Amino acid sequence: MTHASDTRTPRATATTAQTSTAPAGSGTATAAALALGDDALVLSHRLGEWAGHAPVLEEEVALANVALDLLGQARVLLSMAGDEDELAYLREERAFRNLQLVEQPNGDFAHTIARQLYFSTYQHLLYAQLAAGGGVFAPLAAKAVKEVAYHRDHAEQWTLRLGDGTEVSHERMRQACEALWRFTGEMFQPVEGVDVDREALRTGWLESVTDVLRRATLEVPEGPQAGAWRAGAGREGLHTESFGRMLAEMQHLHRSHPGASW
Amino acid sequence: MATAAAQRTARTQAGEAAGDAVSTAAYQAVFDASVAADERIEPRDWMPDAYRSTLVRQIAQHAHSEIIGMQPEANWITRAPSLRRKAILMAKVQDEAGHGLYLYSAAETLGTSRDELLDKLHSGRQKYSSIFNYPTLTWADVGAIGWLVDGAAITNQVPLCRCSYGPYARAMVRVCKEESFHQRQGYELLLALSGGTPAQHEMAQDAVNRWWWPSLMMFGPPDDESSHSAQSMAWKIKRHSNDELRQRFVDICVPQAESLGLTLPDPDLVWNEERGQHDFGAIDWTEFREVLKGNGPCNDQRITQRRQAHEEGAWVREAAAAYADKQTAGPTAEIPGSADENGKARA
Repeated sequence: MTHASDTRTPRATATTAQTSTAPAGSGTATAAALALGDDALVLSHRLGEWAGHAPVLEEEVALANVALDLLGQARVLLSMAGDEDELAYLREERAFRNLQLVEQPNGDFAHTIARQLYFSTYQHLLYAQLAAGGGVFAPLAAKAVKEVAYHRDHAEQWTLRLGDGTEVSHERMRQACEALWRFTGEMFQPVEGVDVDREALRTGWLESVTDVLRRATLEVPEGPQAGAWRAGAGREGLHTESFGRMLAEMQHLHRSHPGASW
Repeated sequence: MATAAAQRTARTQAGEAAGDAVSTAAYQAVFDASVAADERIEPRDWMPDAYRSTLVRQIAQHAHSEIIGMQPEANWITRAPSLRRKAILMAKVQDEAGHGLYLYSAAETLGTSRDELLDKLHSGRQKYSSIFNYPTLTWADVGAIGWLVDGAAITNQVPLCRCSYGPYARAMVRVCKEESFHQRQGYELLLALSGGTPAQHEMAQDAVNRWWWPSLMMFGPPDDESSHSAQSMAWKIKRHSNDELRQRFVDICVPQAESLGLTLPDPDLVWNEERGQHDFGAIDWTEFREVLKGNGPCNDQRITQRRQAHEEGAWVREAAAAYADKQTAGPTAEIPGSADENGKARA
């Protein structure tokens, strides 16, 4: 955290991720559908890992509900880019375009909630803009923005409960918000084919998250919003180590039966 | 309708009689008449202590089964082979948590609490269905659970929609609707595998081979060994005997297995023209009793995971309670730096 090279310039890499199965279409709409679809797919998968492990039955229902909404969005978006199952199950790690934030392991409940707060707030503002914009993503965004409003509310409510609950929960929530903070900058990187006012997105996000954290008696983390190594790396197919293991589990069965239908 | 009105009057009269002389016999008579007239017993009605405790035991066990039953299926959520199947499975596991919630609520109308019941589950004082102590080893197991396990559950539960205790009966109406949906999804999953590649077909057959007998055990011990059956039937909690329901289930499954193109692992399974039902082989009751005693393949694993989720979630529940207290405590609790409910100052 000493070296805050918070660069906002997306860098082209020498090894631009080549997919083992190239998306059916190409062009900006496909790239955008993959980026947004991968976010939803990967976060949905992480939330699915909670099934049977939640702290209270109501959260079994709520977390599965959010996961299902996201999976529904992922299916629509990936289908815009090609075959949903081919894209989900046959791409390798370097071909995924999701944010590093959404692939972060669940950790404890506070980490899951912090990740959800950061992402839902972003996704809600993003989809509100896309819905209003009238582009190819407008119909999907118009439907999804309602779901995401619920996700955002759920995450906010839990941020308040944990932040302003007991001393233990406050400390856990504080740690979670800190730990995930460095993954928040990539949400405001430009995404090919996603035509939004990024400055409004960033400002709106920061205002909203600051307000929730303040009400939760928490402070906005101080570190940079991007790791020193690379900002926006997830969108370039550069992921964190746990992601490969997640994909191995997710894709194993599908890959074991090439060409089978389910 | 006339009967219902008459019963209400009788109940009121019984209440008055009790006010005068505390006559349990009068209450009992009204209760017996209500049950005989196929009326619903409601939470505020008088009921025999044994009826209450039988229902608490049965509804709690049913609720626990929904909750523990999430585990064998959730085991495959992260490995589901297509996004469509993954969505279906997630929705199903979510429904099960919801069923658990309905059922704990129904049990609470009898004067217990979800916390108390969960405590009994975690300490092994209350049971859950023995079927969930079997492992899900392949993707096809998800289909076999839907088709056979949910199928057996529905066969058991549809008659419970007419159970004499109102809150339980109403919970069952909702549960059964969703369960039949799951059952069809399980069947459809197996159908896709059975008609798929040879490896998929083999996977489906293997799953049915492993789940068939444990599913038959879900109906409980044979009638001559079932300790609670007679009383439960007299109270109209149960409507049919274990063996009747088991027979019904076998007769439903045989043609379904045929149309799936899968066989049932029972060489003695044969149509009996005379009875108009299928004869089937002997169930291994030793295995059943061992699983019930805790010696099944996953008993320890299931209860350990449940306890762990509960224990690891304790700080979250405590946080929610502390936060709720502050919200009702008034504006002073909002002042930053003030002591919280536990008296611990926070900077």
